[in-house]
Amino acid sequence: METISFTSQLFQYLITGLTVGSVYAMVAVGFNIIYNVTEIINFAQGEFVMLGGLIMVFFHVGMALPLVLAFPATVILVTLVGILLDRLAISPIRQPSVLTLIIATIAASILIKGIAMFIWGKDPFDLPAFSGRNPITVMGAVIQPQYFWVIGFLIVVVIALSIFFDRTIIGKAMSACADNADAAKLVGINVKQMILLSFALSAAIGAVAGVTMTPISLMEYDRGAMLAVKGFGAAILGGLGSFPGAILGGLIMGAIESFGAGLVSSGYKDAFALIVLLAVLFFKPSGILGDIEISKIKRF
Amino acid sequence: MILKRITILITICLFSIGLLISCAEKPPEPKKTYKVGALFSVTGRTSFLGDPEKKTAEMIAEQINAAGGINGHNLELIVYDTEGDATKANLALKKLITQDKVSVVIGPSLSGTSLAVLPLAEQHEIPLISCAASYKIVHNEKTGKPYKWVFKTPQTDTMAVEAIYRRLKSYGLNYIAIMSVTTGFGASGRGELLRLAPKYGMNIIADEKYGPKDTDMTAQLTKIKGIGPQAIINWSVGPTQVTVLRNRSDLGMANILFFQSHGFGSRKNIELAAGAAEGVLAPLGACNIAELLTAYDVQRDVAMKYMQDYKTKYNEPLSSFGGHAWDAMYMVINALTEIGDDKVKIRDYLENNIKGFVGQHGVFNYSADDHNGLTDKAFAMVIVKDGDWSLAD
Amino acid sequence: MLQIAKLPIAIFAALIITFPWMAHQIPVIDHYADIMVFVGIYCLITIGLSLLMGYAGQISVGHAAFFGIGAYVSGILTTNYGLNPWICMIIAMLITAVIALLVGAPSLKLKGHYLAMATLAFGIIIFIIFNEEIEWTGGPDGMPGIPGLSLFGFKFDSVDKYYYLVWAFVLAAFIFTANIIQSDAGRALRAIHTSEPAASAMGVDIAKFKIIVFVYSAVLASLAGSLYAHYLNFINPSTFDLFFSIKLLIMIALGGMHNIWGAIIGALLITFLSYEWLHYFEEFEVIVYGAILLLVTIFLPNGLVGVPEMLKSWVRRKN
Repeated sequence: METISFTSQLFQYLITGLTVGSVYAMVAVGFNIIYNVTEIINFAQGEFVMLGGLIMVFFHVGMALPLVLAFPATVILVTLVGILLDRLAISPIRQPSVLTLIIATIAASILIKGIAMFIWGKDPFDLPAFSGRNPITVMGAVIQPQYFWVIGFLIVVVIALSIFFDRTIIGKAMSACADNADAAKLVGINVKQMILLSFALSAAIGAVAGVTMTPISLMEYDRGAMLAVKGFGAAILGGLGSFPGAILGGLIMGAIESFGAGLVSSGYKDAFALIVLLAVLFFKPSGILGDIEISKIKRF
Repeated sequence: MILKRITILITICLFSIGLLISCAEKPPEPKKTYKVGALFSVTGRTSFLGDPEKKTAEMIAEQINAAGGINGHNLELIVYDTEGDATKANLALKKLITQDKVSVVIGPSLSGTSLAVLPLAEQHEIPLISCAASYKIVHNEKTGKPYKWVFKTPQTDTMAVEAIYRRLKSYGLNYIAIMSVTTGFGASGRGELLRLAPKYGMNIIADEKYGPKDTDMTAQLTKIKGIGPQAIINWSVGPTQVTVLRNRSDLGMANILFFQSHGFGSRKNIELAAGAAEGVLAPLGACNIAELLTAYDVQRDVAMKYMQDYKTKYNEPLSSFGGHAWDAMYMVINALTEIGDDKVKIRDYLENNIKGFVGQHGVFNYSADDHNGLTDKAFAMVIVKDGDWSLAD
Repeated sequence: MLQIAKLPIAIFAALIITFPWMAHQIPVIDHYADIMVFVGIYCLITIGLSLLMGYAGQISVGHAAFFGIGAYVSGILTTNYGLNPWICMIIAMLITAVIALLVGAPSLKLKGHYLAMATLAFGIIIFIIFNEEIEWTGGPDGMPGIPGLSLFGFKFDSVDKYYYLVWAFVLAAFIFTANIIQSDAGRALRAIHTSEPAASAMGVDIAKFKIIVFVYSAVLASLAGSLYAHYLNFINPSTFDLFFSIKLLIMIALGGMHNIWGAIIGALLITFLSYEWLHYFEEFEVIVYGAILLLVTIFLPNGLVGVPEMLKSWVRRKN
């Protein structure tokens, strides 16, 4: 009988937690991009992840496109969905209050889920792992090659976003909207376009998360809501609007779930992550890396 | 001007109301039909149960009507979607009884919704054939007998657990780990695994859970790996039962004997597991393994026909859950054929005349003391070999 | 709408009283009284929630938990200990009040999305407890055998009897809440919603008001839970999950959250849509539901109670 040492177990929990956490982090980053420009939480964020996985299955498995083609095609298609979401559901709202906008995103997520069920049915779908399914053993812990892809793409997303926001004009314009929409308008930034861009960008990131996680966990039409909740939790835990916060929040949530399941009680693992979240909020109401001063000027 | 606009508005309102009512009204029936109600969780998180059940029931109703109905009576099947929700199931059953005036009800799909509507069936005295697993549906704890009006077709969790435990005992294994999903299906199976363990001398040394939408069960399996059981029993349905197999094979735990519940009964799961299902055992009903049955097996014919009909009509592989609706439908059809659509007579027929009924999930023998009517023969232990089912020795 | 007029309440009460009789005259809607029982139960929650969200400006995505606590406390105490259901109902409301106080006091210091997440997290934690504490709650399969209600030998054992019981509670809660809105406390609440700093400068003890409203709305939800449990004689956790909390939000937003009538209209519409009308769309139900929600949010930003106002201005503009 092959067993596993306690340290290897701990290492395994950590690896698993970080992988799951990377997905949460990507969802949380998507939340933040839209929040920073519009102050709304887009509850359809989880549906982008679901669509990413299922559309990738269509391209890669259904149409047998090679990975290098299917992946970008998927991201582009989901980005279009993000743009449509803004054009059809968000921008037509004439007197937007934050609650109205949130309800609109919830309605949109119900609609997207329904359409996905109509197209793909209710069964889960599988995607081949990008580089095979032969696991590697490190310190007694087993690592699927796909784990590296998930964590790797999180890093790629982080680097790409920081270049985008710090080095490009459009990115800087978006950051300006985030800081002060009225001032941004005065200096000639088209806020409507920035909102559209924020939806496109976060849809693209959601798609990346969906594509990379599907080989590990399969994908079916109604997985979006749970991912949205976890990602929202991660974004809040890290501090809404903060990108390092989102990544930290996601990884912490994933790790707590994994260690909680392994060491304490698997039935209550989701509760542990949320209890930690509540505890953090009660001591630091703006999240770990959130700026309390900035959160004061936000309407919501 | 104002008046004109108001008139237009009112006209539009009246038209839409008229439209709604006309939608609600059913076209008049030329001749008397037999009405059968059905409650399935067609959409929502437990659609994997209700969807094949609805498709199966509709397929059978269509076939019966195409062949001239039941003694010349048309069979009308009225299906309501419970979405696995207790409130909806409750409302829908009352509607079936008071409004649609059906004479017998099939479903609900879930133990939870079945337990929710069971008092209604008793109160309104309408026969109900549940398609859910829990033995509590046909076992009144106060009297120790079945409820008068409630029957069920699926094997109970108890039978699945006993089949697994007997197998383990024959291998001489008794240190086991159990895993379950935190839904009704998983919790009910877990309850039976824990309850029956002492009877079979099983030591449960790990009891792990995961959520129905969890993406990874490596943590739970790692903990189990650290404890080192002789066998693992997993109780879940949906994508998690595939993920668990993959995580297990990743962790190099394929050498530990692995049992799935009877919820594993779809070839699609083997396919999705991408090789990780090899050597996994599961107790399954006949309709999962129609091709494996010998020509002498009484269930072979019905199982083969069902499998082919379903594949032809819906172009998708059969799910064993649909078989529960098949069993219930044909019991009802037999009753309607023999004694017509009187509720009391149908109930009595089910209790007294369902003897040796050859169904998808076993040979049923209902009686006053047994409203499930199956024995442990209803399960065959099946092993995954070369990407397909195979009878375990 | 600052004043709650008496006439609409009287008309509303008359409609409610005659509804079962009217419904029974028309065969296709004969069962609507049954659905109205649930509408009433949900109205109890949305009335409180509307006060919390529309008037005090605080979001809660966790009210399904209070609904569930009411149901489970009633269920457990009546089935396992054989206590009188009415006493259990009161105990449930007290327990809920304490929990709401413990959760509300730290949570209501949070703003906006942080408050949404905190209440959402609370809701999920309670849901997990309902699922996991199988010995108490029966786990995911639920808890059967909860007794019905009776008062001095009068049994509320038919749909119509229970209908009047539930709607009596709803009318009482509605009138009580309407009075709160018109009182000094109501003015203070509206001040909080408009501008917290201004309200606090005027000497309004914001924290105290927020918590009182939060606890009040939780207690109403608990009452609704007890009524639900005794009507269905069965409860299981999935009734009290996150999606129900979101459904409550949708009811409030759809009805119109700045008006207590919106709470009633929203509960009415969403309940009938999801329990009855959308049934005709079968597989497309989810898509139609999502589309309706989206269209209402886009075209009626103030909810359905804003419709008369919109029509008025439309007619005026055209002239």
